[in-house]
Amino acid sequence: MNPITRRDFLKTSGSLVVSVSIPGAIATVMSQGTTISGKPPLLPNELDSWIAVLPDGSVTAFFGKTEMGQGVDIAIGQIVAEELDVAFDRVNVVMGDTAVTCNQGGASGSTGIQRGGIALRNAAAEARRVLVELGSKKLGAPVEQLTVENGVVMVLRNERQRVSYGELIGGRHFHHKLEWNKEYGNPLDVKGVAKPKPPSEYKIVGKSFPQKVITEKVMGREQYITDVRVEGMLHARVIRPPNAGCNPVSVDESSIKGIPGARVVREKDFLAVVAEREWDAVRAAERLKVTWTGECAPFPSMEKLHQYIREAKPNGSGAPVNRGDVEAELAKAHRVVTAEYEWPLQSHASMGPACAIADMNSDEPRLWTGSQKPHYGRVGCAMLAGLPPEKVRATWIVGPGSYGRNDAGDAALDAGMLSKLTGRTVRVQYMRHDATAWDPKGPAAVFRGRAGLDAAGNVTAYHFHGKGFSRQDVIQRENHPKDTLVGQLTGYPSKGAIIFQVPAERYEFANKRCSWETIPAMLNRASPLRTGHLRDPLGPETHFASESFIDELALAAGADPVAFRLRYLKDPRHVLAVKVAAEKANWQGRPNPNRGKGDVMTGRGFSYTERNGTIVAMAAEVEVDRRSGRVWAKKFWVSHDCGQIINPGSLQNVIEANIVQAISRTLLEEVRFNENRVLSVDWATYPILELADAPEAVDIVLIDRPEVAPSGAGEPSTRTVPAAIANAIFDATGVRFRRVPITPERVKAALARA
Amino acid sequence: MDQKISFIVDGQRATVSADPSMPLLYALHAELSLNNPKFGCGKAQCGACTVHLDGAPVRSCVLPVSAAAGKRITTLAGLGTTEKPHPLQQAYIAEQVPQCGYCLSGWIMTAAAFLKNNPTPTDAEIRQAMTGIKCRCGTHMAIMRAIKRAANVMA
Repeated sequence: MNPITRRDFLKTSGSLVVSVSIPGAIATVMSQGTTISGKPPLLPNELDSWIAVLPDGSVTAFFGKTEMGQGVDIAIGQIVAEELDVAFDRVNVVMGDTAVTCNQGGASGSTGIQRGGIALRNAAAEARRVLVELGSKKLGAPVEQLTVENGVVMVLRNERQRVSYGELIGGRHFHHKLEWNKEYGNPLDVKGVAKPKPPSEYKIVGKSFPQKVITEKVMGREQYITDVRVEGMLHARVIRPPNAGCNPVSVDESSIKGIPGARVVREKDFLAVVAEREWDAVRAAERLKVTWTGECAPFPSMEKLHQYIREAKPNGSGAPVNRGDVEAELAKAHRVVTAEYEWPLQSHASMGPACAIADMNSDEPRLWTGSQKPHYGRVGCAMLAGLPPEKVRATWIVGPGSYGRNDAGDAALDAGMLSKLTGRTVRVQYMRHDATAWDPKGPAAVFRGRAGLDAAGNVTAYHFHGKGFSRQDVIQRENHPKDTLVGQLTGYPSKGAIIFQVPAERYEFANKRCSWETIPAMLNRASPLRTGHLRDPLGPETHFASESFIDELALAAGADPVAFRLRYLKDPRHVLAVKVAAEKANWQGRPNPNRGKGDVMTGRGFSYTERNGTIVAMAAEVEVDRRSGRVWAKKFWVSHDCGQIINPGSLQNVIEANIVQAISRTLLEEVRFNENRVLSVDWATYPILELADAPEAVDIVLIDRPEVAPSGAGEPSTRTVPAAIANAIFDATGVRFRRVPITPERVKAALARA
Repeated sequence: MDQKISFIVDGQRATVSADPSMPLLYALHAELSLNNPKFGCGKAQCGACTVHLDGAPVRSCVLPVSAAAGKRITTLAGLGTTEKPHPLQQAYIAEQVPQCGYCLSGWIMTAAAFLKNNPTPTDAEIRQAMTGIKCRCGTHMAIMRAIKRAANVMA
C-alpha cells in the first residue's frame, strides 16, 4: 500500500545491491562489510553481475529474463543452488530490473532455461570455484581436499575445519571476470574456468520445488504492475480511433470540462486523457468527443480474409526444406492428396489490460512495466523522451498475463510518451477494448499440403506450403518506437520483419519440400490487426495444418495414423515420444474413422511436433454433440521430451496450461472485424475456454534426459493440440475440419451437410 | 457531486469521497490502494474484480460504490490470514495453481461462496458454478483439482 518514493531509488555506488520487498521496487541495502570497494560495472563479463553472496551466506542471482507465471525463476534458483552447493531456499532470484540485471532478452521463445539458464549455471559454477579457492587460502588446505555443503567450505575428513560462503565473501564483491561472447539478449553467454557439475551429481535440479510467489499471489499480497503507485502520478487512458487508420481531426475539450482535473494530451495522432484520479481519467476517456478522419476500409471483410491471403502479392518467401524432386514424383504418383487449411487472427487477450508507469522527467528516469522485455522497453521509452537509454531504469513487475508481444509493450511506450508530454509521472492502464482490439495479433494464414502416394500407400512426394502474415509486423521487442502504436502515431514508420515458418517434425520423406510466403500487413500504420508474437508464434497455425494433413495421408494410405507416422520417423527420441503417447492412451490402431452413431460421438486423434529441440506427442479424445455442435476436448495423453528436466512439478502444470490455452484457440478464438474495425473488444466478442469445457483429464509422461541440455517447455506443447483435436473430431464424425476455430456453429453446419 | 461513502473492508472501516456511480473497484483499488480486486474488463465478464459484499460474491467493476455503503466487503487479501489461510488458498498453494494469477479474485472468491453453500459438489456442479470466470493462462486443470481439494477439507 505504500507509494514508491524517491527514498527507494537505487544507490549503486559502493554497495552490494540486493532485493528487499519494498512494493514494486528493488531497494538498496548497504552491505555490512567493513571495506567496501565499488561494485564493478553491470557488464556480463563480471561475476558480480550474476551472483552475490550476502553476509548471512544467502545468495542472490541476477537473471536477465523475466517470469511470466511458468516458474522459470524457480528453475533458475535450482540451477544456481545446485552449482553453488547451497540449499535451494537460500537463493533469491532477482529479475527484470535494468539496474541490476544484464539484458538476457527478457522472456522470449521458451528460452528461459534453454538459453538464460546457461549463463546462470556457468556463473554459479565459477562462483563456487572462486569461493573454494578463497576457502583454500583461509583454511590452509589445498582445493583438492575441500568440499562444499550448504554453502560451507570444509576439509574432507576433517569437517570441523570449515568456513562459510558468508564468512568468505558475504557482503563483498567478487571482482572476478568471466568470458563473455559479447552478445546481449537471448544469445548472451558467459562462462568461467569452472565446469558445471555432471548431471549424475545433481541433488536439486530435477526435483519439484514450489513457487514461493504463488503463495503471495494466492493470499492477495503480491503487487502487480497495476498496483504500483508512485507519489504524485497522473492517471491516463488512451483514446484509440473508432476506425483503423483514421486520425483525430479535432478534439472537443469542453466535452470533459466537468470532470475534475481531466485534460487531453495529444502528440500528432496519439491521443490520451489524464486526470489526478483514476476514475476521472476513465470517465474522461468515455466522454471525450473527437472528430476523426473518415473510414478508410483498410481490411477485407472477415469472411474474405483467407481469400485475401491467397490472392495477396507476397513480400517474402522461403523453402528451408527441399529434398529430392517433389514435382517429378507428384507427376508419377499413384494418387495425389491435397488439402488446404485456414487459421484466423487471434488475440493475446491477456487476463487484464496492460499497465505501465513512467517518469521520464526526473534525474533518475524510471519505467515500471509488465512487459516481458524491460531492457528493451527502456530503450524505446528513452528514444521517445530524448534520453540516453542507459539513464532510464526499467523495472519489470508481474503483469496480468503475457504470452509474447502483447499490449504491455505498447503501454510501456505510451507511459513514456505521456510522462514526457505532461512532465509528470504517468500511470497508464488500458481498458478491455484497448487490450483485445488493439494488441498485436497472432497471424492468420492459409496452408496447403500436397503429397503423392504409390499403390502401396507409401509417400513418394510431400509438399507443404504456408502463406500468411509475417509473425512480426511489429518485432517482439519494444526497443524502438516504430514497433509500438504510439511510435507509429507520432511519426515513426512501421517496419517489421518478415518471418514465417514450416513444420517442425522429422518425417523422412525422400522427396520433401516445405515452403512459405508472407504477405504485407493490411494496414501499415497503427493497425489493430498488426501481427506480433503470440505464444508459440505460428506454431499452432502451422502444425494444425501439417499434422492434420499427415492424418489425411494416413487415411488415404489405409494406415493407422500412429503407425503411419512411425513409418517415416527414424530419430529415436522422436520415435519414443510418439510410442509413449500412443501407449499411454492405449491407442487402438485403425485405418478408418470411428464415426459415432448417436447424438454424442466420441473419437480419438493423434499429433506430434517438435519445437527447438523439444518433442511433444499426444492423443486426444473428444466428444462431439451433433445437436449443439459442441466439441469437448475431453482427454489428452501426452509425452513431453525437453531434455534435462529442472522442475518436474512446474513442468507438468506448464504443459497442462499450454494444452488448455491451445484448446481455447482451436475451438473458440477468432478476432472478428469488418472492413474498418476490430469487433472483438471484450470477452463476449472474444470468448475463451470456460472451466465447464476444460478437459476431464490430461495425462502427461515426462521423458527426462538428464544428460541432454534442456530445451524449452514454455510453448512447445501448444502447437501439438489443434491437430490432435481436429483429427479426433474426424475420428468421431468422419468430417474433416480444416478451418480454425472449430466452433459449435461450424460443427453443427458441417455435420448437417455430411 | 462527490459523496462520502463508508463501509467495512477486510475488517477495517473505510470512507471514500467519490462520485456515487463510480464502480466499487475504483474505490477499493485506486482510492484505498487495496490491490485486490483487479481490473480485468469493466464489464462483469471475467471475474478478476470479485469481492464479497456481505458474504456474497459481486463484480466490483460494475457495482456502484454507493451500493456498498454500510456493508461489509471482503477482498482476496482479507479472506484468510498467513496463520489461517482459507482452505481454497491452501489448496491453490498445494496445487501450485496460478501462472500470472491476475484472475485469482474471480476464482477463489466465487468458489469460496459456492463451497459454503454446496459443501459436497460434483465435478459438473463445480464446472457450472464457475461459469463466467476467466483464466487466460489456461490453469483450468489445476483449478479443478484445487477446488475439489478445498471441498474435501471444508465438507
